[in-house]
Amino acid sequence: MAGLTLRNVGKRYGALSIIQGLNLDIHDGEFLVLVGPSGCGKSTLLRMIAGLEDISEGTVAIGNKIVNDLPASKRELSMVFQSYALYPHMSVAKNLAFGLQNFKMPKAEVDRRVAEAARILQIEKLMDRKPRQLSGGQKQRVAIGRAIVREPKLFLFDEPLSNLDAELRVQMRAELASLYTRLGTTMIYVTHDQVEAMTMASRIVVLRGGKIEQVGTPQELYEKPQNLFVAGFIGSPKINMLKAKVSDNQAVVDGLPAFALPTLGTTDQELTLCVRPGSVRIGSGKVTAEGTVKLVEYLGNETLMHVTLSSGQVLLVSDNGKVGYRTGDPVTIGFDPFDLHYFNAAGQRIEPIENEGIIQ
Amino acid sequence: MSRGSTSPLKASFMRRFIARNAPAYAFLTPWLLGFFLLALGPILASLYLSFTRYDMVNAPKWVGLANYEYMFTRDRRFWKALNVTFTYVALAVPARLIMALGVAMLLDKGLRTIGLYRAIFYLPSLLGASIAIAILWRQLFAADGVVNAVLGYFGIQGAAWITNPDTSLYTLVVLAMWQFGSPMLIFLAGLRGIPKDLYEAAEIDGTPKWRQFTRITLPLLAPVIFFNLVLQTIEAFKTFSSAFIISNGTGAPADSLLFYTVYLFNEAFKFFRMGYASALAWVLLIIIAIFTAISFLTSKYWVHYENERD
Repeated sequence: MAGLTLRNVGKRYGALSIIQGLNLDIHDGEFLVLVGPSGCGKSTLLRMIAGLEDISEGTVAIGNKIVNDLPASKRELSMVFQSYALYPHMSVAKNLAFGLQNFKMPKAEVDRRVAEAARILQIEKLMDRKPRQLSGGQKQRVAIGRAIVREPKLFLFDEPLSNLDAELRVQMRAELASLYTRLGTTMIYVTHDQVEAMTMASRIVVLRGGKIEQVGTPQELYEKPQNLFVAGFIGSPKINMLKAKVSDNQAVVDGLPAFALPTLGTTDQELTLCVRPGSVRIGSGKVTAEGTVKLVEYLGNETLMHVTLSSGQVLLVSDNGKVGYRTGDPVTIGFDPFDLHYFNAAGQRIEPIENEGIIQ
Repeated sequence: MSRGSTSPLKASFMRRFIARNAPAYAFLTPWLLGFFLLALGPILASLYLSFTRYDMVNAPKWVGLANYEYMFTRDRRFWKALNVTFTYVALAVPARLIMALGVAMLLDKGLRTIGLYRAIFYLPSLLGASIAIAILWRQLFAADGVVNAVLGYFGIQGAAWITNPDTSLYTLVVLAMWQFGSPMLIFLAGLRGIPKDLYEAAEIDGTPKWRQFTRITLPLLAPVIFFNLVLQTIEAFKTFSSAFIISNGTGAPADSLLFYTVYLFNEAFKFFRMGYASALAWVLLIIIAIFTAISFLTSKYWVHYENERD
């Protein structure tokens, strides 16, 4: 097992810069998820760690050893690919054993490890099949099995679940999480799906445009997003963002009555106030406003309502009530300013200095 | 109803059929004419002629299996021609395929001017079938030719490559190797079809390059190798113009370049033994068919198709 240290890491293709000056410490034994929209450089970063891409700038160290010039095969890591990358002409058993045979490992040891991996992943019955005879989920298991048998210091996952259907993805997510608990090996996992990131990660790295937006536990990212991008990216349904003008410590938002702000350490006149759909209530709240139901999405344990305010802005409201609102109904929504996240004009989080004055 | 109502129906059906398909047949006519008059007709005629004695002046005379009997029991040049041709096929086909695969793998590395390189590398194949290249080849390997001149710089005493019966066939094998263009292009397409992440996975697992080649590239390329093998084998059996030119049309020296097709050509158009030549042609056809059949029958043991049904 090993931790990783990334220092001023950069990647460029000619004039095109993919990753700039990235610093990151990955702790030994943690499940780190790299998440971000397409093109944010998360896969490139993973491939640089794997040794499949050159490192243009900075250093990557596994343990205490800088691996910039070490070929992929010498980095003692395993990688699971989005496409699974199974050898189509080999049986499952041969796929699992192939990597081990490179190291002239005794056959008995190869057999033991393959059998162990097959048992863990419950693919014992599939050992003689070819990849084309497997379902997507089974292929994924074999791909993970191929990573496990190496007994690496570090696992890398490149969007491993994105080719699976929704139900299987949820199932494999749980299995991966329990595999992590069982092995305790450092894992670096790339995904564009924030739900995957939230459910599996010890820590999440949110990337955008080749830069780190925020690093933190899922809870930290959800409860204290450091900027508007992270606020908008993490959490489902998506956070509500309200543009506010500030005067005399009063927030003026189109479509809402003016309300008092806590003391904020900023002189910015324009703020963005964010509130999670779950913190908006139907019918009551410290701050209330009238709106019209635009759309009702019944999800069973919750009902997601899209409410149009008089300003025209649509707020998402997650309501667990059984109130049968229908499209076009007038509705009163409310929230507590305590639940708001505040972002300055530059989109950076500002913490209320104190919450006195706000009745909780 | 009576017949009166069915026949207009039939007529209208015919009219519709003609109206709908006439353009297709119109476009097909040149090909159909060519096929029946220039290919199928002569093929069937040659089958008949192979059972006759025919000198192109007098009418063919039926001789039954006499041509075939002579061929297999008394014609020593026939066996010599088979020997030369089989030796050539056995050497030239693997040599060309290995060359083609090697070049394709170099080009697959992704050069910036790959289009240009592909065209340049294909050029020998375009030129290769031409008479000019065969003549050039004769000059290159002549006793006072370029090859010997170059060898001379290194202090190597060259041989009279073409006029020496021991080496003449190998100059043609080298020529065949040089004409790697078309199998190379097919290999290149095949290599492009192998997913890159298989190599990346192998790389991370510490697979040496040679093992990647033998365990990943070759098996996944097997359908393409098979295709090229069948095509090139047929091609090699039919080799004619280069052998004809380099041997001055005779199979010389000492029948060392007596390719089957050269022998056949001489029997037909030099000695006007059209019946015997036809029999030779049919035997060649059967030989090629047998080799192709063997290739197909063995292919299931070594060719893996990705989209195969189970």
